[in-house]
Amino acid sequence: MNKPLRRISIFCGLLVLALLVRTNWLQYVQAEELSTRKENRRVQIAQYAIQRGNIIVKGGQAITGSTATDGSDYKYKRTYVDGALWAPVTGYASQAFGSTQLEALEDKILTGNDDRLFFDRTIGMFTGEKKAGGNVVTTLMPDVQKAAFDALRNNKGAVAAIDPRTGAILALVSTPSYDPGSFAGNSKADEKAWVELKDGEDKKLVNRALRETYPPGSTFKVVTAAAALEHGVVKDVNEPTDTPEPYILPGTRTPMVNHAQGCEKASLLAAMRVSCNSVFANLGDKVGRDKMVETAEKFGFNNDKIDTPVRAFASVYDKTMNRDGNAQSSIGQFNTAATPLQMAMVTAAIANDGKLMKPYMVDELTAPNLDVVEKHEPEEMSRPVSAANAQKIQQTMVDVVENGTGKPAKIKGVTVGGKTGTAQHGEGNKKRPYAWFISYVQNPDGTSPVAVAVVIEDSSADREDISGGGLAAPVAKAVMEAVLKSKI
Amino acid sequence: MSVVTNTTTIGAIELPSRRNTELMLLVFAVVIPIFAYANVGLAIHGELPPGMLAYGGGLAVLAGLAHFVVRRYAKYADPLLLPIATLLNGLGCVLIWRLDQSERLQNLAKRSFGAFSESAPRQMMYTAVAIALFAAVLLLLKDHRTLQRFTYISMAAALVLLILPVIPGLGADVFGAKIWISVAGFSIQPGEFAKIVIAVFFAGYLMVKRDALALASRRFMGLYLPRGRDLGPILMIWAMSLLILVFENDLGTSLLFFGMFVIMLYVATERTSWIVIGLLMSVGGAVVVGTFASHVQARVNAWLDPFGCYTTSGACEQVGQSIMSFGSGGVLGTGWGQGNSDLIGFAANSDFIFSTVGEELGLSGVMAFLLLYGLIIERGVRTALAARDPFGKLFAIGLSGAFSLQIFVVAGGVMGLIPLTGMTMPFLASGGSSVLANWALIGILIRISDTARRPAPAPAPSPDSEMTQVVRPS
Repeated sequence: MNKPLRRISIFCGLLVLALLVRTNWLQYVQAEELSTRKENRRVQIAQYAIQRGNIIVKGGQAITGSTATDGSDYKYKRTYVDGALWAPVTGYASQAFGSTQLEALEDKILTGNDDRLFFDRTIGMFTGEKKAGGNVVTTLMPDVQKAAFDALRNNKGAVAAIDPRTGAILALVSTPSYDPGSFAGNSKADEKAWVELKDGEDKKLVNRALRETYPPGSTFKVVTAAAALEHGVVKDVNEPTDTPEPYILPGTRTPMVNHAQGCEKASLLAAMRVSCNSVFANLGDKVGRDKMVETAEKFGFNNDKIDTPVRAFASVYDKTMNRDGNAQSSIGQFNTAATPLQMAMVTAAIANDGKLMKPYMVDELTAPNLDVVEKHEPEEMSRPVSAANAQKIQQTMVDVVENGTGKPAKIKGVTVGGKTGTAQHGEGNKKRPYAWFISYVQNPDGTSPVAVAVVIEDSSADREDISGGGLAAPVAKAVMEAVLKSKI
Repeated sequence: MSVVTNTTTIGAIELPSRRNTELMLLVFAVVIPIFAYANVGLAIHGELPPGMLAYGGGLAVLAGLAHFVVRRYAKYADPLLLPIATLLNGLGCVLIWRLDQSERLQNLAKRSFGAFSESAPRQMMYTAVAIALFAAVLLLLKDHRTLQRFTYISMAAALVLLILPVIPGLGADVFGAKIWISVAGFSIQPGEFAKIVIAVFFAGYLMVKRDALALASRRFMGLYLPRGRDLGPILMIWAMSLLILVFENDLGTSLLFFGMFVIMLYVATERTSWIVIGLLMSVGGAVVVGTFASHVQARVNAWLDPFGCYTTSGACEQVGQSIMSFGSGGVLGTGWGQGNSDLIGFAANSDFIFSTVGEELGLSGVMAFLLLYGLIIERGVRTALAARDPFGKLFAIGLSGAFSLQIFVVAGGVMGLIPLTGMTMPFLASGGSSVLANWALIGILIRISDTARRPAPAPAPSPDSEMTQVVRPS
């Protein structure tokens, strides 16, 4: 009977071997895939197993927190200080609904799992210190953010403010906002809050400052002016242009409507002051589509990789449109669309004498013991205009605030440059227009501490420029004043 | 049969009893679980568990007692079986205690049953009873051949044990499988005991009938086909397995019995045709039942693509959770007490206990456990080879074969290698029947190996094997 016994013993051995092969397959080959599957709750459990690190604003104040929960799955829950104010910066970290923006992008630092924190973790193993999350230190200024948020009041809109010298984002506001703390947990109440926000009409979860594009309207004329100067179409801002009145869009019989007087043969300076559509359509046409595209792209248009590190939507300047489309686009209509951040970048580039700094909002990543893990160095992104041309545009923008449509943004004793905009949109331009205002502050030494872009949806105005100046300019003014005040 | 190995040869030289080897191994088998226990306490509560001394002392006393009984009553027994079983049982208690500490499982129990009760103390008590049973087996069963007398009584007993769970009022339906009975507050899984009892019947029956089954056959396509009337027993066992499957929803037990019978039949008759017939019958049965029984279908679907039906089917979720548990453990595991295998929920400390091994001890731990089981099987097969009487051979190979099938079916099920069946991992899983039955099984193997290795004054006459030799066509 021993021969079959030996065979049976081989058979039993094969059974065990099959199990050994299988466990190697599961725990070695497929380990990574299985341990990070979406069904695997361990991922979230690990995310909330320790006190999450904080997102910190300028001045050292933390705008997030972490609180112990009594649930058995997740030990801690994210909390937010003034959540609605900061939501466009932090994003959310919810046990049940995932995370976005800084909370998602810097998750490894915040949970203490980043490879660069390995050394701290290893030391902690020996000293018995509990594992903790690192911090994300941002460039945002609480006073400026608050000023922008309060100034927007109940309006639907967004504000983006940049320090033109470095590209540091000083304020990033989107209204109406939401409190990310309201659905940070995984209870029934959290689910209710989440569903309401997600399906609500106001699109509160959308970060309008980075993730929504609007037709920029007349504020885009700054880009057209830059293109005209850079490509030699205009040499002197005081020299009259050859714009007829009425100006007929090239290749059509449609006249370009002006909402201002005295646009015939107006100089760049005068055209900017009263916001002549005909002059800028004419200039844009003379520059030509491809060169307009070139300049716009240098300012950051058509770039879908503007990472702050939160990625902003790409602003658009159409590369394939007809001549009349290009003329309309030169005044920020037709297919042109921009995020508030993009228009703040345009303003910042002009204010910084033509040098566009890469916008960023994370200044430092720090370990739990506050050692700096990573520090952002300001970085030049491009040079859309020469310093001389930038100063010429600055001259026109200061004139807009001193004598033109931008008067509501005037600040006593400080040089301010700006440009208003009212963008029509919707079928036959029937919808209520968007009110825009872009502006910057100039120090006596020529540098600029802040460039800001404001957009307000649903503005009630119907006349070009007045709404931009009337509605959006005071918001920009409040932001600039807050920056100036905090500098003292 | 031409090869006669040394193990079966009885020399005049007395073999070393190997009892001291066993004692030394037992020390490890007791110390390792104690360390594991301390490890769990430190990982979960940050302090040594309070029952450290009681647990360590208890395990040591039980192991010492078992060793004493073996030393006294089965001097020449295999030295590996007892230490490995002790180690597995000790670690099993630690695993169960670790899962008792899980808040998630405590809340689940409170929600479902209104109260949570710890399983580890009960498991320790069962272990003590099981070691007593082990000692009793060695004390009462002086020679395994006495069991031969109970061949047909065993058959009746096995049938009764298997039928018990379906009797109304006695059987209990736990998670869909009707393999439990509850008597006086205790839940018993009769199938675990039936495994041993039925092995007695198979061994006794086949020893008597093997010649008829082996010799009276016709040759057909290179296979020796048995006569129709000789097919009777295998058909009966096959039908019984299918009935278990259909009425008790228990794929595991049914597979185990049929597999064990085929293995023993093959060993007894040395006819490959039985294997072929057995395989064909299992496949046929599986296909028929798989097509008509919905619970089997659910299990098969869960096996084919656990994540495809993860949110819609409980069976899929269980398998998916178990696989993720293994995957999350990786090569080295999270360490005792630091995994989340309790996410599996129900049956985490019984059917799915191996997933906790996978997650917390990792690939290395799982391989170590599989090799320990492999060693038990290997010692069992070696015992069968060494046994001098056909009954002992058949009995030992039946028990080892069933043991290896059970390991394969359970571990393969939780690892997603084969469809999941409702069986428990020997020595690890929480449950009194399983511990008792498996200790009895180890006791019997130790008895057979003792008889095999005992230097007898003269070899037991084995006319049987000689006769086979003479008749076999070369």
